[in-house]
Parts: sequence; structure tokens; C-alpha cells
Amino acid sequence: MSEKLIPLAELRERKAQPVRPNPEEAPRPDLREELFELEARGELIVQRVPEPYVEVTTKFGRTKKVPIDHLWHHKSCGQCGHIPGYTTSILWLNRQFGIDYVDPTDQTSCTGWNYYASATSNAVAQLLVMCRNFAAAYETGYYPLIHCGTSYGHYKELREQLVHHKELRDQVRRVLDKLGKPLVVPEEIVHYSEWVHVMRHRIAERQVVDMRNITACVHPACHYYKIVAEDAIYDPDIYGGQRTATVTALLQALGINVADYSTWFDCCGFGFRHILVQRDFTRSFAVLRKIEVMKDEANPDMTVTHDTGCVTTLDKSQFAAKAHQRRVGVPVLADSQVAALAMGAHPFRVLQLHWHSTDWRPLLEKLGIDWQRHWAEFEEDLAAIERGEKPGLTWEDAEQPILTR
Amino acid sequence: MSVATWSPTKAGQRYADVAEETKRQLFEEVKSDPRYPDFLYGCYECGICVSACPSARFYDFSPRVIAQALAREDIDRFYEILMEDIWNCAQCFSCVRCPRGNNPGGLVTLMREVAVRHGLEQAQQALQGYSRVIYKIMLKGNQVSPDMLQPDFFPDWGPWVREFSRNMSAWRKAIPVDTLRNVTDAAWRTDEKTLRELYTIWFETGNMEVIREVDEGLYELLVEIMEEELEAAS
Repeated sequence: MSEKLIPLAELRERKAQPVRPNPEEAPRPDLREELFELEARGELIVQRVPEPYVEVTTKFGRTKKVPIDHLWHHKSCGQCGHIPGYTTSILWLNRQFGIDYVDPTDQTSCTGWNYYASATSNAVAQLLVMCRNFAAAYETGYYPLIHCGTSYGHYKELREQLVHHKELRDQVRRVLDKLGKPLVVPEEIVHYSEWVHVMRHRIAERQVVDMRNITACVHPACHYYKIVAEDAIYDPDIYGGQRTATVTALLQALGINVADYSTWFDCCGFGFRHILVQRDFTRSFAVLRKIEVMKDEANPDMTVTHDTGCVTTLDKSQFAAKAHQRRVGVPVLADSQVAALAMGAHPFRVLQLHWHSTDWRPLLEKLGIDWQRHWAEFEEDLAAIERGEKPGLTWEDAEQPILTR
Repeated sequence: MSVATWSPTKAGQRYADVAEETKRQLFEEVKSDPRYPDFLYGCYECGICVSACPSARFYDFSPRVIAQALAREDIDRFYEILMEDIWNCAQCFSCVRCPRGNNPGGLVTLMREVAVRHGLEQAQQALQGYSRVIYKIMLKGNQVSPDMLQPDFFPDWGPWVREFSRNMSAWRKAIPVDTLRNVTDAAWRTDEKTLRELYTIWFETGNMEVIREVDEGLYELLVEIMEEELEAAS
């Protein structure tokens, strides 16, 4: 028995080495191979990742293609409805890099938030909502880039169900036929933060706001890396390959000090149903298990995450906690907003920070951004809109960075 | 039953008045879902799922118990979970780090579906105040929209909500994204054809019947609007 014991020093040595998983030893089969088999049998169409793309490593050591260009933006209802600077920043980044994209009106949300909140749907309906959106993207010739972490996770799980259950495929095909749409599944399901991840060095090359004096905590989105975990990006150079690299790698590329904290793995407390009709749970969890822990252990200037629900929960839950003298007051931003800010995006025309609840002013001041001046510019925009001089802001108004090199 | 009087030996007796056949039928409905075998492989009772579970910290809730009760086909315990526990799950799927490959969050989803399909009182209670969200998602294909941000619904989000509510129209116009600009009743501008396809999906998959179980008045309203749209287009 004692011969089998591993000495503590060796264990520590092993733990200090980055994890480099061998894809040949992956605990689960590669779903993409099964997709191609179904395509070969004429059951469905697999939409290929268009070139140019970047190959990244995922949890089990497999490679995943992340497209750079020709993107069909599968928007998020929570982002567009309540945190529009999230979406605006993603598209602003696309425009800055001259990416050819489609911002579709032929798109519904995945309806997954409702499904996880109320279960007032069923597997076939959820599959059809996904497949209808995928078919809409395929018809344009552009590749779907999923903005919402829940849509990304939900679609990964639905794709698995579609591949493994013929009876579900048959039911889905029957309704798609009625809609006149093909059954299409993308080769890779790609989250926008993966696009930001592979673009991080190009973003850093165009950085105009020095962020080296900023400390940030990362909150990774549960539905990004816990549901069908093998699709999330892992990198031996980030957390030794033991946690997902998305978001953290971007912040490091921008020179931000990423501080660790002990409840990194915990969810934000969103709860889907809870955030809408039972927020006592959401507020308690967000504050006691996330924000206060970050504050006590790292005292960050901001928290950065990459999903709709996480930004909403962590940002909006802090007001009531402040009234109870809890240790809160950490601004919450999406990685796309941080990337855009680093490249000089306008804090209100692009980042739309006025939609955020927790005070972001100290962060901008620490970054040396004169937010009063930019708010005055934005108020001028609003006044012009109110006076009827312009119907609204356009990309022409928002495109120009506030700083140049 | 209060905490003071609760005893493990009495577990399973809280719904003694409910017929065994009813409990069994509901269980079989959950078990017959094609996803069920993918979500449950047994249970080591290691508790890793519980340690990761946010709801276990704030409620009397355990993903481990759910996996165990279903694996053992403990019908009485299953029924208690169905009636008392499932709506506490945060559906974050932190529990899927289970070394056995279980998906307790997925099992909860299946149980919720059954609870809703049968119009169980507990499901209706859990979804109180939620109808306006169902109205939005079924008609617009979006879970939330700017016009839902009202101070009465989100008082705990601070004075920001009141300020937003006052400025909603101008703030929405001041978004440079074409599909978002000036849209307040949905998250983005969606084609009418797209929404008609969505309505077809709801009808063809029996989803509208699910809504009827939750809120009959809402169901009738939605059907009237959707059918009118579909007929006008045809």
C-alpha cells in the first residue's frame, strides 16, 4: 500500500505543472464527428466555420475553430433589453476591425432564460427555436456568433440531444419542413467572448487607455463553461489550464492585474426565475458569495464577466446591499465593454454605462477618463434627439474613439 | 411539518393522502423523457454537487438527494421534491461537475416540465408574477425588454430604474445599433415573418397547451393574437 503513495513534494510538483490534456484520452466522444456522420447520412447540414479562423484548445485538449469574420450576430435579449452597451461594444469592436457581419432581424432569442426559469416549454420546442435561428443564419451565408452565455450553453446541450435522439430529430424536421427551413447545425458553437479571446492581441495592439493600474476579478459564466464543459477554451498559460481562459486572457493582454478570489467557481445567483420574481436569493448570493468575497480578498476596481445574467445580477444586486452597509461597490462590466474601452470607445455612446447601476465613475477616473466631459457630450446627443434634430445615434456618431495613440 | 418535528423516518409521509398511483404516474412521466438516461447514471453520494450548488447554501435543497431519490425510484421522496424543492434550483448547472456524470439540474428541469404540464399548485405559486414574462417571450421571442424596467417591479435596483423609466425613449434612441435603436417593447427589432415562424413552433410542439396549464387567461389572449397574425399572413 505504502509503495503506491505519492510523496507530497511530487504532488506539489505535479500541481505546479500546467494541465495539458491529451485529446485521445478525452472522457467523452467528439460530438462534431457524430455531426459529420449524420450529415453523411443526409440527416442534416453542418455549417462549416468560415475562414479566417483561429484554432484554440478546449477543456479536453481538442481544438476548436473560432471564426474571425463573416459573422451573424445572434443577439442576447437580456443584453439588448437591459444592458445595450454590451451588444454595442461587441459590434463596435467588429466595426473597428472591419469585420463583415450581419445584425439580423430574422432572429429570436433562444428562449432559454424562460425555459430555465419556468419550464413552460419542452425539448422539441426549444430545439426548434435553436434550429430556426441556425437556419436563418445559414440562409445568409454568415456564421452564428452567440452573444448570450445561456444561449451558448443551451444550444450546446440541445445540439447534443439532437445528435443523440433520432426521435427528437424527426420531430424537429417535421416542423422545419413546414417552415420551409433546412435542419442545419454549425460545426462549432461559438460564444462572442471566444471571438474577443482570439482577438485579444489585436485589441491590445490598438489599446489607447492604459489599464496597468487596474485590478479586476473575473466571474466566469456558468452556462459558458459548466454546461457541455468540453467546448470552453482552456489554456495551459492561464490558471495552469485548470480553469477556463476566456475573459482572464483578455484582461491580462490589456495589462490588467487579474486578482484571484476563493469563490471563483460559484455562480452569480441569477437563478433565471429568481432574478425576476424572487430576488432575495439572487441578492444574497451575489453579495455574500461573490461581491463581498472579491472585495475582502482582492478589493478590485471592477468585476469582469461574459454573460447577460452575470452582469445584470452582480451589477443590480449591489444597491440594496449598500443600504444594509454590506461591503459592495464594485463596478461590473462585460469583457466586450472592457476591450472597447481599452481601444478608446466612448463610455456612453458605445459602452452605455448609464444603464449600469453600480457606480462606474471611480473606475473611469482611475483610468484617467474625463467622464464628465463625455457625459456632457452624450447629454448633447440626447438633447438633439429630444429637439427632433436627429432621430437617434448612429454608428457615425459612435465610431470615433475618444482617444488616439 | 416544522423543522422541530421533522424526522427522516417521517420522510415520505408528508403526502400520505396522495395516491401512490398518482406519484408513480408523475415519476414515470419524468423517467420517460428521452433526456432522462443522459441526466442520471447513479450516485456516489460524494456530495460534490451540493458543495457547488448555490441553492444548497440558501435553501433546504440538495441536488444529491434529487439524484439519489430518482436513482432509487423512491416515489414518495420524488413527490416531495416535486412539490417542495424543484423551484429553488438556480439552473446554473454547477452540479454537473458530478464525477458520475449526473446532471441534477437537468433532472430538475424535467421535473419542472411535468409539474407545469400538470398545472400543479406549487408550479403556479412559483410562477406568480411571472405571466408578463411569458407574454413577452411567447409574443416577441425575447425574455425581457426595456419597457419592463419599471420602478414598481425593480425597487431594489435603486434610483437608476426610475431615472431609466423617465428617459427610456431618449436613451433607446441613443443606441447606435440599428436593430436596437428606438425599440422599447422588445430587446431588438424582429421581422414579422420570424415571429410567425415562432408562433408556428409554439403551436406545432404543444407549447401553447403548457401555457394553458399555467395561466388560462394568458393562454387565450396569446392564442387570439397569434392566430390573428398567422391568419392575416396566410
